Amino acid sequence: MTTVSSGYQSETTSTPIEHRFNPYSDSGGTILGIAGEDFAVLAGDTRHTVGYSINSRYEPKVFSAGDNILISANGFSADGDSLIARFKNQLKWYHFNNNKKLTIRSAARFIQHLLYGKRFFPYYVHTIIAGLDEEGKGAVYSFDPVGSYEREQCRAGGAAASLIMPFLDNQVNFKNQYEPDSNGTVKRELKYLKLDEVIELVRDAFSSATERHIHVGDGLEILIVTKDGVRTEYFDLKKD
Amino acid sequence: MDHDPFRWGRPNDATYGGYNTKIAHANPQAGNAAMPTMNTQQPIVTGTSVIAMKFKDGIVIAADNLGSYGALARFDDVERLFPVGENTVVGISGDISDLQYISRLLEDLEIDNNYDYDGHSLRAPHIHEYLQKVFYARRSKMDPLWNSTIVGGFDDEGKPFLKYVDLLGVKYSAPTLATGFGAYLASPILRKVIFEEKDVEKVDEETARNAIKECMKVLYYRDARSLDKYSMITITKEKGVVFEKNLRSENQSWRFAKDIKGYGTQKV
Repeated sequence: MTTVSSGYQSETTSTPIEHRFNPYSDSGGTILGIAGEDFAVLAGDTRHTVGYSINSRYEPKVFSAGDNILISANGFSADGDSLIARFKNQLKWYHFNNNKKLTIRSAARFIQHLLYGKRFFPYYVHTIIAGLDEEGKGAVYSFDPVGSYEREQCRAGGAAASLIMPFLDNQVNFKNQYEPDSNGTVKRELKYLKLDEVIELVRDAFSSATERHIHVGDGLEILIVTKDGVRTEYFDLKKD
Repeated sequence: MDHDPFRWGRPNDATYGGYNTKIAHANPQAGNAAMPTMNTQQPIVTGTSVIAMKFKDGIVIAADNLGSYGALARFDDVERLFPVGENTVVGISGDISDLQYISRLLEDLEIDNNYDYDGHSLRAPHIHEYLQKVFYARRSKMDPLWNSTIVGGFDDEGKPFLKYVDLLGVKYSAPTLATGFGAYLASPILRKVIFEEKDVEKVDEETARNAIKECMKVLYYRDARSLDKYSMITITKEKGVVFEKNLRSENQSWRFAKDIKGYGTQKV
């Protein structure tokens, strides 16, 4: 391909670029990761949409990549699939070359490089990975489309992120919660949630998002990682 | 200072004059700002919907034979279903010249694969993955192949396989699939027969074929760029690929048409 313009020139006489083909689309769906004391979960709905059409009611988007790492890239699904395929492939090479497990911390830094590598033609996705850190504690890392990332206790991504995230702030990080009788002066103390509490939280978050967002629904797939490995749970969501 | 890194270290136009693109037949568009470099930016001759569904022993897929030039019904004998390998079919909608290019790619893929007698044959998931990679690579070059396709056949476990991929490289699978207008007109009908994966076991070949035929008829009623002449492929383990060409949408009833009001010259 010939380079048309560097984008740095002062004159406007450069070759005009045709603007009709749009290389992106929105595939809908939403994802959610929560870290516990000795576990982490990464959940996503299974609906795949474009515009007002439901393309599929079961198209999973949360994957176990190996080495107890869960990954999901929500947004434009072709970019998401491509990113995850590259991550899995490079993980294989990491094993060949280094003969050891990839830590979640290194996986996160590597994904930053995969995303930033396409800084000027980005992967249009919100990426979340989940796993256990070197001390065995639950870890969730979330990324923006160009690779900025952060370790967090919980994060929602995708179509209904703005619906779910405030609920999580309140229920996982106890934001705006105060001790009764303290008259709003003593914050409720943070504590780790148990796995069954987290799963109930995830189910509530998704059934509520399903009610209010047309791109969310059909099914909920929750991947759970503990020291014993990865297991999957599936729950139906409303299909309307 | 000139902040354009692409111009650093080059002869200055003010000193040497502009580059003469006529020399050695250099790209004539390079010096012509009015003419952009162009890739395929819109489909020209197009094929409409492809529809497909699974049933308990295999899959059935159909596409009509029309090649439209805008609103003009330009070609009435275009084949849009392509059997590949032993029991896989690719159905293609969208730009017909890109369709022909893809059919050539698939032919080459099959030939290449037949050189080695390793007992391995190309199956539907492999062909789908190949096509997805081609589509995604082309969209990433901003030079897309303007098509939506459905790949049908059997997966590695021998279960019915059906998966979609389009010009953006977007892929998904479902027990019933339809491209283009079919997504609005055929999908609701097909989903009445098979709503989710577990319903596939309850549907036999005849039921599936009748549902697809009914959808082709509905598409002809309401899709202005469609034809009542179509091809259908049924794939089962038992009979392999059964290719039926020049099928007609039978038992058409246009009685509903007289009740459509508000578009024509009639007074309501």
